[in-house]
Amino acid sequence: MLALTLAACGSNSTDSGGDATTDGAASGSTEDLTGTLAGAGASSQEKAVAGWIAGFGDIAPGVTVSYDAVGSGGGREQFLSGATQFAGSDAALKEDELATATDRCFGGEAIEVPLYISPIAVIYNLPGVDTEHLQLSAETLAKIFNREITTWNDPAIAAENEGVELPATAIIPVNRSDESGTTENFTEYLAAASNGAWPHEASGDWPLSGGQSGQGTQGVVDTVTGAEGAIGYADASRAGDLGTVAIKVGEEYVPFSPEAAAKVVDASPRAEDATDKRLVVEIDRTTTEAGAYPLVLISYSIACDTYDKAEDAANVKAYLTYVASEEGQARAAEASVAGSAPISDALRTEVQAALDSITVKS
Amino acid sequence: MAVTSPPSTRAGLGSEPQVPATKGGLAGRVFAGLSTGAGILILVVLAAVAVFLVIEAWPALTASPEELQEISWFKADSLLAYVGPLVFGTLLASILALAIAVPVSVGIALFISHYAPRRLAQGLGYLIDLLAAIPSVVYGLWGALWLLPILNPFFTWLSGTLGFIPLFAGYQAPAKNIMSASIVLAVMILPIITAVSREVFLQTPVLHEEASLALGATRWEMVRMAVLPFGRSGVISASMLGLGRALGETMAVLMVISPGFLYSLFLLKPGQQQTIAANIASKFPEASGLAVSTLIATGLALFVITFVVNMIARWIIARRKEFSGAN
Repeated sequence: MLALTLAACGSNSTDSGGDATTDGAASGSTEDLTGTLAGAGASSQEKAVAGWIAGFGDIAPGVTVSYDAVGSGGGREQFLSGATQFAGSDAALKEDELATATDRCFGGEAIEVPLYISPIAVIYNLPGVDTEHLQLSAETLAKIFNREITTWNDPAIAAENEGVELPATAIIPVNRSDESGTTENFTEYLAAASNGAWPHEASGDWPLSGGQSGQGTQGVVDTVTGAEGAIGYADASRAGDLGTVAIKVGEEYVPFSPEAAAKVVDASPRAEDATDKRLVVEIDRTTTEAGAYPLVLISYSIACDTYDKAEDAANVKAYLTYVASEEGQARAAEASVAGSAPISDALRTEVQAALDSITVKS
Repeated sequence: MAVTSPPSTRAGLGSEPQVPATKGGLAGRVFAGLSTGAGILILVVLAAVAVFLVIEAWPALTASPEELQEISWFKADSLLAYVGPLVFGTLLASILALAIAVPVSVGIALFISHYAPRRLAQGLGYLIDLLAAIPSVVYGLWGALWLLPILNPFFTWLSGTLGFIPLFAGYQAPAKNIMSASIVLAVMILPIITAVSREVFLQTPVLHEEASLALGATRWEMVRMAVLPFGRSGVISASMLGLGRALGETMAVLMVISPGFLYSLFLLKPGQQQTIAANIASKFPEASGLAVSTLIATGLALFVITFVVNMIARWIIARRKEFSGAN
């Protein structure tokens, strides 16, 4: 299957000599790749990258891939300074960074592809409530997290969950105490979809103070687990036995699922300055698309379309092609790896076209 | 019987007049050189750390508030306004921990030195020393996963009954507040305070003890009149050692507390205080540029606090010297 996805890059003739000339074009040639490939960036995709590195190691044993989870900003910085060959970032390159990218890419362009899609689950701890998913709109969620709705049997919650017996337990909102892409995407969703019920701006740092919080995803999950009536948000793959909220999309309520997460990415428009190589998605938080789950985190893989070394070009292309492949995406989706949502076939086709443009500076 | 000599060798580290180096003793000179070298090395390391902190923190120290506010998590008006609550939280957590740990430690130390049968005392002594060997991340895990659920009903009761005192108002489950963090810290500093106090109590001149017993004192009176005054400065230095550890403790606090950046004395409310070390650990992994400098500047503040605390401790010990006889 990998051979098929790679077959498209056969036309690459700009390579100048060396044993990397075949550059992953022919089937099975990833076996012959050698060298090191360094990346750095977002910690959100760290686990997925670890899975990809292990998987890539099977098909390209000669390449040593490393990934340093220094954070999105640090990752982009290191990539632009030429210290790493690729970056992982929760945010797309900024305008001034794009200018730097042209220099870094030896006159070429930066490639940005959304290869890590992770649904964010709203988790709650209500052992007595007998329903698979509580149903909440973004507006109600915003009021809960803004501490305006303080008990679980509030009329606003009851109205959305007819037939569910809700306890009078106090609501304990739990947020991430460290800065994170999860918080940023969650607050962005609340700000965009709550009809003004969320008075704060989207930010990676939780805007309210004086509440319960946890360090990292595990910290939030532990804190929510630790108290009845607690509600928080975390990577969906880590929700465990806790209840998860079905959020209101259009007129229905959609629980998180990999398919629903991938769907919202396809349904969302591209950013204004997106190109064929920079597949930057502007997630449509207010989508009404049936079965889409707009509370997702997208993390991009950033690379160059031009490298000065044949080895780098071949390695980056082969690695990202593997990451985008059905196999790579399925690997990251495993619950034991990262539990992410695999990208759709339509998106894969576009991504592959962008990756195929990776060449060596002539 | 000769009077038991006080442990005078413990006094005045380094201030002893040098024995004139006799010629020829090669081993002697090598040893003198080595120990001098070690003494200088510690100063060099300390200076290196201080210089590193200042250099790395410099961009943050000289940056304008506007520049600092570009850091996503920097919401204070100035660097001082950011460091202030952190210093407050650090001191509050450490002092609370000390308030819990010192009475318990002194009790354990007295039990081991003066009450327990010798065999039990030895075993207990080993156990206490073992506690000191547990890594702090394990204490953190223990606190977060085991202690918090146990503290919950107690805090609920405390906040319900004594909630009219602001100190105990506003408890919210789970027990992720500064009180829990202080309890975990107290357990962590217990061994070092106990161990040092025990050693000091054991050095109480037997003559003093026997004299007070001979005058008809009960064992408790003997402890109160002979042992405690003798050991006071030792207990203080032990407490300061413990305080030093509590001030710099990271993982246990990070895992137990719901942080906040307020000058708040609500001990049971979540999201009120944070310590410097835990804040650095929480923010450093994703920080870059000026954010790193800002975090290092808070580290510099911690460095200074630790220094000040140690100086105060030295001053207390020096002031008490003549009364206690321990030095």
